[in-house]
Amino acid sequence: MSSAIIVGGGIVGCAVALELAQAGIKVTLIERDCLGSGATAAGMGHIVVMDEGEAQLKLTLYGQQLWQALTADQPQQHEYHECGTLWVATDAEEWQLVAEKAAVYRQHQIPCEMLDAAALYAHEPALRAGLVGGLLVPNDSVVYPPKSAVYLWQQAEKQAANLVYGEVSSIQANAVQLSDGRQLHADAIVVANGQRCIELLPELPIRAKRGQLVITERYPNLIKHQLVELSYIKNAHASSGDSVAFNLQPRPNGQLLIGSSRQFDRTDRQIDQHLLSQMLQKAIDYVPALADVRCLRTWTGVRAASPDGLPLIGQHPKHAWLWLNVGHEGLGITTALSSARLLADQMLHRQAALDLQPYLPRGLQQEQR
Amino acid sequence: MSLNLVIVGAGPAGLAAAWSASQSNANITLIDQYDQAGGQIWRGGANYAPKRYQHLFAQQTTLRYLSKTHMLGADADHLFLATPNGPQQLAFDRLILANGARELFLPFPGWTLPKVLGVGGLQALVKGGLQIAGKNIVVAGSGPLLVAVASQLKQRGTIIKAVVEQAPLGQLLRFGRSLAGYPTKIVQAAQSLASLRNTPFYPNAWVVAAEGDGAVQQLRLSNHQIIECDYLACSWGLIANSELAQQLGCTVEHGSVLVDRSQQTSVNHVYAAGELTGIGGEDKAIIEGQIAGFAATGNYHAASQLANKQAQARQFSQQLATSFALRPELRQLAQANTLVCRCEDVAFEQLQHQPSWRSAKLQTRCGMGVCQGRVCSGATQYLFGWGQDSVRFPLHPVSVADLVMESV
Repeated sequence: MSSAIIVGGGIVGCAVALELAQAGIKVTLIERDCLGSGATAAGMGHIVVMDEGEAQLKLTLYGQQLWQALTADQPQQHEYHECGTLWVATDAEEWQLVAEKAAVYRQHQIPCEMLDAAALYAHEPALRAGLVGGLLVPNDSVVYPPKSAVYLWQQAEKQAANLVYGEVSSIQANAVQLSDGRQLHADAIVVANGQRCIELLPELPIRAKRGQLVITERYPNLIKHQLVELSYIKNAHASSGDSVAFNLQPRPNGQLLIGSSRQFDRTDRQIDQHLLSQMLQKAIDYVPALADVRCLRTWTGVRAASPDGLPLIGQHPKHAWLWLNVGHEGLGITTALSSARLLADQMLHRQAALDLQPYLPRGLQQEQR
Repeated sequence: MSLNLVIVGAGPAGLAAAWSASQSNANITLIDQYDQAGGQIWRGGANYAPKRYQHLFAQQTTLRYLSKTHMLGADADHLFLATPNGPQQLAFDRLILANGARELFLPFPGWTLPKVLGVGGLQALVKGGLQIAGKNIVVAGSGPLLVAVASQLKQRGTIIKAVVEQAPLGQLLRFGRSLAGYPTKIVQAAQSLASLRNTPFYPNAWVVAAEGDGAVQQLRLSNHQIIECDYLACSWGLIANSELAQQLGCTVEHGSVLVDRSQQTSVNHVYAAGELTGIGGEDKAIIEGQIAGFAATGNYHAASQLANKQAQARQFSQQLATSFALRPELRQLAQANTLVCRCEDVAFEQLQHQPSWRSAKLQTRCGMGVCQGRVCSGATQYLFGWGQDSVRFPLHPVSVADLVMESV
């Protein structure tokens, strides 16, 4: 393999571009709008180790390590801020989850600290009264993904990677067709365009999971850590219906990002007022002072969800020239760098740092293509 | 059941629409962000408006006035509002958008200095009580507002050091001749010009830089003059407040909301009138408002009676746009370090290599601050030729509690 076309200039596509360009592959990246402008720009940019299963934990932890290395020289470039995640427990049942979560993290040498109620309020006095405690995971961080995407691209460009603006209308053997009539050829085609992958490859088991976020004016001292409800995981991974979960992030400039919500199979941009109300009411329930915080803007974004919550990283089962890096759902910023590395390892026949098996493309519908 | 008609904006267009609609039995809700109706032109309340509009408020029959109410957004049949009593969803059968225009600001060195204001901005401050008697003022930029405001300020005892208009004299003279068809405008213009008889008027000129220590003290003009002043009132014309229309899905072209002969937009049951459909001032706003009010309440006959005046108003609007078209030199005024976005401190040099408005927003946060690009998006469109990005809810910053629209 000496050349590759990457479909999608989000953070995942840019990361893949850099991995391949560094290995001497002739890379062409195709972007329909501007770099990092899709789900990359819509998310929170939370670099978080998630423990829903061994495979997820390893991929997110590997991702976090690569982010730490990437941002070490110029944290400002990425607006990198190691604010930590604070998982908040509201009752005895959730406190039990804190203990279980702490055990898993410790097993993998991930620093974490169980906070009782007093310690919780010492860390975050704005939380409402009556909470039981929490789990502080200090190495989790936030970045500003659109800038990171461009940064990754700029590094790739130094390795002679080529950027093409256009909309891919179809993929053929070793080629992509653009809607303006251009056709581009390469030894390998990498599909890294998030939820839109199903427009090109309808056999992929990817569903849209739409989210809404709110950003506020600047309140630099209200909270210090990214605050997430412990029942986040059970809310976040329901397989149907609309749901909201408390997730509040302090941006380095003092703005607050308020999330989160999930809606299956919606990709439109119209704000769902009912769900927005639910989401914000929940945020006020956790941090009452939010009621008076002024909101600047809301928006929607579309996560690409796979059935088991893990991305598809690797060769398409039917086509040796076709490679996938899609289905990152809500963790695509965290897993962008690790998934790109694991994909490049496969494409370049290198030894990978993780067992690849759990991430290999799976669950594709049989009859098509 | 009678029709629910909602009118957004209580300036000349909105009041005229309300008056026409009040000839029917529609339930009319008139919404404005200010306490008093009147808009920018009749600022100070409906008392400044013609008599028949004042009666609308006196009757209190079919008209409900929601004052101090901000538009947050809209879907196909609801408006989302921030009222003084909290959030409100307001259902409508017909909607008339008459929410006017704002001033266009272009960046030049010193434009962010204190006491550099918009032309309409200074006018509003003076109407609101700012004491300016004896102050030295330069009125600059472009458009008929310059002469009108300079004349008003002079009557309040200021010293107008100069009126500086970027349009060339030939274009201004042609515009003057075109006023022949509009007797009231001729009278207004003549009165304004007469009151500025001894005031220097520089056509074909513009402010190159504002300078001063802590506030503006002197101006450099493109004709190499240097003028000392206490205030600079400067704006480059008006741009429509088209964000709500965009959120509703109305087609907007070159900054104006597209409407048909009955003032209906590309979205069924949504009408637009006044500056939104093309900058044209008070007369155009009143005619279009009247037509929209009639058409939205099914009185097409009355609406069609006004077709000639409507055509004339639109023609005037086009003459205005041509006569005061901004010259390309104005794109060169900003220096590398001149701020373009005041909310997020984004300088010209950070923007000039961006490929699009969307990219500029994401990479530099230009237009992402408190004003949500209200101030800088007009400038970036002019400077870089960028198109518009999607409009985000809410259109006006509100508290988290005020976005909890429904009991959940």
